[in-house]
Amino acid sequence: MSADKAKIAAQFIQAIPHSRALGMNLVEIGDGEAVIEMPYDTKLIGDPDTGVIHGGAVSALMDTCSGAAVMSHPDAPTSTATIDLRIDYMRAATPDQTIRTRAYCYQVTRSVAFVRAEAVDEDTSRPVATATGAFTFERSK
Amino acid sequence: MSRPRPEPVQVVKQRRDAALAALVERVPYIQFLGISFDRRGDELTATLNYDEKLIGNPMLPALHGGATAAFLETAAIIELSWQMIWPSIESDSHELPQLRMPKTIDFTVDYLRSGLPRDAYARARVNRSGRRYASVHVEAWQDNREKLFAQATGHFMMPQND
Repeated sequence: MSADKAKIAAQFIQAIPHSRALGMNLVEIGDGEAVIEMPYDTKLIGDPDTGVIHGGAVSALMDTCSGAAVMSHPDAPTSTATIDLRIDYMRAATPDQTIRTRAYCYQVTRSVAFVRAEAVDEDTSRPVATATGAFTFERSK
Repeated sequence: MSRPRPEPVQVVKQRRDAALAALVERVPYIQFLGISFDRRGDELTATLNYDEKLIGNPMLPALHGGATAAFLETAAIIELSWQMIWPSIESDSHELPQLRMPKTIDFTVDYLRSGLPRDAYARARVNRSGRRYASVHVEAWQDNREKLFAQATGHFMMPQND
């Protein structure tokens, strides 16, 4: 990633208070695809017996990553909002490991972007969760 | 024959509130998001107490879709857990079972309007709760109970007592 792109990527997260609060880092972005990481943090724990992070934190990561993918689409939307997001939880994320999500727009209509996303931890062969969502796609007039 | 004299109201309330607090306070993420629960009898209402860190779009500003999703999922899980322990709270021994959380299988959120930068409320309804699986619906609103800003349905794996 070029220095310019890296700067834009860092600013993208800094501009979203909730994503900043969850410690997300944008790793890659462009052409309707984005990769975002979220390091493990004890404040994100949802199950105190196992130390596994809360599904809601994974949802927030999926939602942010999907939104970033939409905003980076070559048709350059002016803004986006989630219409619907479905998350399937395949397994518990391993405590102490960073979760990495990749999202891409697989179809964009005049006003809607359809996005798929997948989250993994250090064991990249077995997804932690997958998501499919519909997002508004607002084009400049 | 007369029924036994009911317990004083404060004793009953205290026991129920303590059970609810035990359920909620042990989850770090619930504390981090600033979610609290109100109880009327066995009915729970979740509140997402507004904070700047919940914002997803600072231009509007609007709540982050992820914060909304996490709020609804939390409301669903706590309602499900609450219904699991309620019979024990009300039993003669009042002894609580070991608290184990249901696991989310899937969760689908419908975003109906943008979340305003203020408190949000949610109530969950357990539509089906079997031995292994449960299906829960959640509704969330802000100013007006009739104007939902989000709703969700999720499926959960019930903790197994082994």
